[in-house]
Amino acid sequence: MKQKSVAVVGAAETTGLGKIPDMSNIQLHADCALNAMADCGLTAKDIDGVACAGQTPVEIAHYLGITPTWVDGTAVGGCSFMLHVRHAAAAINEGLCKTVLITHGESGRSQIGRARPVPPPSSLIGQFEFPYGPMGPPTMFPMPVMRYMKDMGATHEDFATVAVIQREWAAKNPRATFHDPITVEDVLDSRMIAYPFRLLQCCLVSDGGGALILTSAERAKDFPTKPVYILGTGESVETPMVSQMESFTSSRAFRTASKKAFGEAGITHSDVDHLMIYDAFAHLPVFGLEDLGFCEPGEAAGFIRARHTAPGGKLPMNTNGGGLSYCHTGMYGMFALQESVRQMRGTAPAQVDGAKLSVCHGVGGMFAASGTIVFSNEAP
Amino acid sequence: MTEYTRPLPQPTPETQHYWDGAKAGELRLQRCGDCSHVYFPARPFCPACSSRDVNWFTASGKGTLFSYVINHRAPKGFEAPYIIAVVQLEEGPRMMSNLVDCPQTPEALEIDMPLEVTFVTATDDIAIPQFRPMGA
Ligand SMILES: [Zn+2]
Repeated sequence: MKQKSVAVVGAAETTGLGKIPDMSNIQLHADCALNAMADCGLTAKDIDGVACAGQTPVEIAHYLGITPTWVDGTAVGGCSFMLHVRHAAAAINEGLCKTVLITHGESGRSQIGRARPVPPPSSLIGQFEFPYGPMGPPTMFPMPVMRYMKDMGATHEDFATVAVIQREWAAKNPRATFHDPITVEDVLDSRMIAYPFRLLQCCLVSDGGGALILTSAERAKDFPTKPVYILGTGESVETPMVSQMESFTSSRAFRTASKKAFGEAGITHSDVDHLMIYDAFAHLPVFGLEDLGFCEPGEAAGFIRARHTAPGGKLPMNTNGGGLSYCHTGMYGMFALQESVRQMRGTAPAQVDGAKLSVCHGVGGMFAASGTIVFSNEAP
Repeated sequence: MTEYTRPLPQPTPETQHYWDGAKAGELRLQRCGDCSHVYFPARPFCPACSSRDVNWFTASGKGTLFSYVINHRAPKGFEAPYIIAVVQLEEGPRMMSNLVDCPQTPEALEIDMPLEVTFVTATDDIAIPQFRPMGA
């Protein structure tokens, strides 16, 4: 085993998922944290590092009864937890702490005790985007899609197909919000939200959360769970305003974060057995497949249409059903990480047989930020 | 005049000149004196080379439709459906805008169609740059 390797030893989601009207935002963090501690036989007294987004590390450490020597409150949207994993691995290597708890909890649907910070009218987005009436992610996120369609020759049917295949995965997962099969026609007949995207191309709105516990790979051997090793990590940010992205057919943050993670891990694309690409909206897996280098620019829609990412395909992607059909609390990245860990442990509801390497890629804001983690169940 | 109920920008010392321009019916951008980079939104230095030697100028107000969505859920002050566009300005930068003086439908729009700036008076102090099809 390589020196300074770090592993996930505890992982769990909230006990319930979807609609949890009897828990506040902070209790969702605590519920999945307690489940993750139970998963690997720890209590709060064993944790000395805390990272979270949506609540502050001060709130979470106090609420759970943890005395940390290291905290990270990086909050860059839905991929914050990928960045927490990256920062935690560095902190453990540096000896700043030994056992890190990363939590996500969000009362996205019931809205109990959830802080919703709105940028002021003097911020850049307040001055140069809000006056034009963008109403949150469903309006802002799909902004590049019409440009992508023109430049790459992609079609409405292509972006509908993404949702159809994610639903096929969700059908295999008892905890997924939706299980019933859908067709391209169903997607294109669903209610228009913000043209070109319709309801079934937009993420769910759920209550839930998830927590991870990380420690050195050396210590991981002493835990009851199968260690999931972190081989490589990457992060980047681009712009708080979707209108100011460098390109509307590619995300700089995606390219930068994933290149770093693949480089650190020393892997090539053919090594990857399982892939998660944060799918808040139907175009994200298309951008992700191209920006991570699994497809050439303009070829991801055809790759998905050819069923390469579907059940039975050569690159199983978003095997929990994704943000479109599994759940989406608001900051979904933690659920992508949880599914990668399950696949590496061999415990996923739609388990990919013999999977040894999983890439988990997240987005924050509207292409504002990105984080990529490469996991393996084989010691590095 | 009906009351303006859409979100209003609040200018800062760095952006005041831009908003003063909008009020005067001008779309103002900045150009770097060192590397000639033209950028948006306003700031007193060049994001391409970090130089503080930057100068304001009045843009042509001409651009093309880079991308758009048509929002079907109207917030306060808007009537659905309405277009939110990203405009490719002739001088290089892109900016968000609504498209006015045209049907708010995909049939009325073509990516890369020519657009021109117009200004909508919001309050005594604020006018909002908007774009419309060229010659509309
Ligand atoms: Zn410059």
